[in-house]
Amino acid sequence: MRKTTALRVAAAATAALLTATACSSRRGQDAQDTAAGGACKGQQTTGITDKTIKLGGIYPLSGPASAYGTISKGAAAYFKYVNDKGGIDGRKVQFIVRDDGYQPPKAVEEARRLVEQEKVFAVFQTLGTPSTAAVWDYLNKQKVPQPFVATGASVWGTDDQHPWTIGWQPNYVAEARVYAKYLQDARPKAKVAVLYQNDDFGKDLLGGFKKAVAGSGIKVVAEESYEVTDPSVSAQMASLARSGADVLLNVTTPKFGSQALAADAKNTKWNPLHIVNNVASSTAVLQPVGFKNVQGVVSATYFKDPADPQWAKDPEVKTYTNAMHKYAPDADPANQFNAYGWAVASSLHQALDAMKCPTREGLRDAVRNLKKVKVGMLLPGVTMSTGHGDAFPLETMQLMRFKGQRWQLFGKPVDTRKEFGPPAK
Amino acid sequence: MNTITTALGTDRARRPRAALTVLLTAAVAVGAPFYLAPFQVFQLTMVLLYAVALAGLNLLVGFGGQISLGHGAFFAAGAYTTAVMLDRYDTGHLATLPVAAAGCFLLGLGFGVPALRLRGLYLALVTLSFAVFLPPLLKRLEPVTGGSMGLTVDKLQPPAWSGLAEDQWMYFVVLAVTAVALLLARNLLRSRVGRALLAVRDNESAAEVMGVRLSLHKTLAFAWSAMFAGVAGCLYTWVIGFVSPDSFSFVLSITLLAGLVVGGLGSLYGPLLGAAFVMYVPSVSQDLSEAAPGVVFGLLIITVMFVAPTGLAGLPGRVLGAVARRLPRTTTTRAPIPEAAPAPDAEPESRAESGPPVTLTPADPAVVDAEPVGAPPRTEKE
Amino acid sequence: MTDLLQQVVEGLGSGAVYASLALALVLIYRFTGIVNFAQGELAMLSTYVAWQLVASGMPFWLALPVTLAVSFAGGMLVERIVIRPVQGAPELTVVIVTVGLFIFVNALAGLIWSFTVKDFPQPFPDGGLDLAGVRVDWSALGIIGVVAVVMGLLYLLFQHTSTGLVMRAVAGNPASARLSGIRVGRVLMLGWGLAATVGAVSGVLVAPVLFLEPNMMGGVLIYAFAAATLGGFDSPVGAVVGGLFVGVAETLTGAYVGVIGADLKVGVPLVIILAVLLVRPQGLFGRAAVERA
Repeated sequence: MRKTTALRVAAAATAALLTATACSSRRGQDAQDTAAGGACKGQQTTGITDKTIKLGGIYPLSGPASAYGTISKGAAAYFKYVNDKGGIDGRKVQFIVRDDGYQPPKAVEEARRLVEQEKVFAVFQTLGTPSTAAVWDYLNKQKVPQPFVATGASVWGTDDQHPWTIGWQPNYVAEARVYAKYLQDARPKAKVAVLYQNDDFGKDLLGGFKKAVAGSGIKVVAEESYEVTDPSVSAQMASLARSGADVLLNVTTPKFGSQALAADAKNTKWNPLHIVNNVASSTAVLQPVGFKNVQGVVSATYFKDPADPQWAKDPEVKTYTNAMHKYAPDADPANQFNAYGWAVASSLHQALDAMKCPTREGLRDAVRNLKKVKVGMLLPGVTMSTGHGDAFPLETMQLMRFKGQRWQLFGKPVDTRKEFGPPAK
Repeated sequence: MNTITTALGTDRARRPRAALTVLLTAAVAVGAPFYLAPFQVFQLTMVLLYAVALAGLNLLVGFGGQISLGHGAFFAAGAYTTAVMLDRYDTGHLATLPVAAAGCFLLGLGFGVPALRLRGLYLALVTLSFAVFLPPLLKRLEPVTGGSMGLTVDKLQPPAWSGLAEDQWMYFVVLAVTAVALLLARNLLRSRVGRALLAVRDNESAAEVMGVRLSLHKTLAFAWSAMFAGVAGCLYTWVIGFVSPDSFSFVLSITLLAGLVVGGLGSLYGPLLGAAFVMYVPSVSQDLSEAAPGVVFGLLIITVMFVAPTGLAGLPGRVLGAVARRLPRTTTTRAPIPEAAPAPDAEPESRAESGPPVTLTPADPAVVDAEPVGAPPRTEKE
Repeated sequence: MTDLLQQVVEGLGSGAVYASLALALVLIYRFTGIVNFAQGELAMLSTYVAWQLVASGMPFWLALPVTLAVSFAGGMLVERIVIRPVQGAPELTVVIVTVGLFIFVNALAGLIWSFTVKDFPQPFPDGGLDLAGVRVDWSALGIIGVVAVVMGLLYLLFQHTSTGLVMRAVAGNPASARLSGIRVGRVLMLGWGLAATVGAVSGVLVAPVLFLEPNMMGGVLIYAFAAATLGGFDSPVGAVVGGLFVGVAETLTGAYVGVIGADLKVGVPLVIILAVLLVRPQGLFGRAAVERA
């Protein structure tokens, strides 16, 4: 019997394949549904019907970046909330979330699954620059919209070879410019030390900052990087302290943000103005450090912080909090990432409403022609705008300072496109 | 029907059995891309290329008896070599394969030299620390590697005359390379080099006495296995079209080793089974438990190790052996040792048959399973 | 000069963190001859247990002994359920089981407590000493102090108690030990329980500094391995000395060797491990092993 094992396995495999083909050939169903007639004739209607719309999302639910996975919960809560109210233009949303573990090959696999097996209307939100870069060629070739990717790399807006892909959040260069402008006003001769994560996010922000302060009195006098696999950044912080800078620009992700804030607080001999980037500005990052240790820290944001009592009576934030309790009870509504998910999902809702044709082409065009679209979760004064020559929906941020137990907005929202012009390619 | 099966089961029927097996396997392998959806074909393609990497690791770990927790580094080297050639030097895809293979072979030779002095645990630690060190190094070499943003290159495109879709063409190319690689691995093992490796694995001093040059063969084992991993990396770049340092973290190395051991060390089909495990289990576990696929994956690895300490490839043989043991007491019973699991060395022969192509001679040592692979020096070795 | 000393102090602080995990690694190795790749994750899990107790209202100084007890039991359980079944299997199988455990525990922690950073109580007072311009935090001194105490206790256990003798017998030659009437299984469970407890101490010390999240110990592991290799995998004193050395070497290299810089300083453990294994494989304090082939 043992001698024939190989033969039996081969025979079984053949039988399985034949059965599969007998039932239905999975190929040849590439022909997508197309719209019937009228102005929208010939456009793709895969994944959308009169009653339903199917969206896919690829997030890191496991692995080193899994802290961001909760964004999918915020977005999913929004879609469930909207479905209960009848859906988007009468269409109920089916939101399929897949895990890529922040690994590009997995992202490719999941994107293909979503497009070919699940036949989604759009791949809404791929998270992280590596995953997005790994799949955008494929999605553009397949003519599947990839709207509002969850990464702030500027390349999504400066590139013109991928019309089906577009970013959403203010890109890292825009954020850097906001800080540059703030320093130009508040500390025109600042000496800046920078701690940054050694990846596309950190480098993009640092590069944008350097470009924005070029030619001004502000100088970057020290820079230290760290890897996501490093246990701590205390050594880098000690090196930065030696530089004698009077401003610290903290370009980190949550855990390392906490470590850097704590290290700064502990070092009583060095008291720079501590600017922390938006990704690490959530109260969940500040709380472990101790609120009393982060007084005066500056950051910038573009959407309402659900932990901020200022918005407690805000109707959108109230809706969000209730929806989170109802649809995602194990997620923390005060977590800024969930609010981000809600904000981007509601932005997509606006874009879907604005579609001229209920087709993939319709969505692609709608996201590229947003005219000062207001979204409930965004700060007053922050709207989405895109158009010819502008592929960045959000470019406005407002500064905030930590005082007492919460962030307090100050100044006016800064439209970086107005102040600095479009990001360079 | 019964007569056919019994007839096929005899020794005399070896040739027709082998021929039939090969024929059916080839039919399935070639026919699959025409019937499966493109993304399933893509998954199969990934399985094949991971199998190449695992076949190389198998040479080193399963047959060479050395532990490597850093094989992802060779995979990355191959992937980046290919990507850089395609991106900076604009060479065609085919030209990148021999360069990646040769380059990684040399790299493996280089590694093999210090590896000579390290055994078991220590080699594992050194290889692991190298795997941890590689992504930052890749980022530092930004002018060449594109830094943390990575490199995007053109994927393999089907030529017009083939009439195939992109995923089908990629599948066939990878299938061809994989088949060649697996054949090469098999032939290596049956050659003098392979036999020397096995001798070294089983008993170093005896092998040395018999005239096997330890240093040469251990280094060669590293070199060959690195070459295979490099080829797999090259294929990866062809198929995915994007490389970045964070795609090749130490997690990849650990996953490769886990996949190999789960698939079956020291067996010829182990790499294929292991590659399938590594590819499909995370996807399937996502469907089962949306919340934490890692939980299922880790649990499955542990479970497979309990049920089949020598890997899945040996499982049918072990199961059948265990069944045979329970038959009427004409067979000698072996009482399980109280504190040990049914130790794998209790059933050497039932493990042996894992379904390799029947053209192997029965005495082929390639199928005997791995003994304790590398041990830290202990005060006694009784 | 003060800069250099300050960096050295930073290095000692990180080194103490590595040393604490290295102690747990050494314990497991001494008892069972196994290198446990999941040690850091188990320590992290214990830390979450402590956090959960505190978050549910228990005072920290009560939660701590409860956590240690739970970890001890947990370690014994892991040995019995996860490691025992593969006792006689090839070494590589056991390695892979610990790898699977690593993946499982990491994902489990993320599943139960999510990946958001948690607030963990700091047992040591804020602030620190100022010695001639060099700042030494209380927390760093506290970690070093606790680690030294644990090291001392372990040393006493191994060298001066009958349990220690039994453990050494089992680790050295399980077959003979069994023949001498030692309940090998019990001893192994005890070893894992102890290692888990030391790991819990490590986690609790480290969480206020590194901040508690499921990947907290992941980065520490490779440094702990380097520490244990340098000191000798069977010596608790070696683990601590090794840890401190690795910490200082890493910090100074990152700060002063421009070519390496902060991003490549993870190469330091690699170099240390390589150098030690090529020059003196048993480490600084380990016993030289004589192999009879």
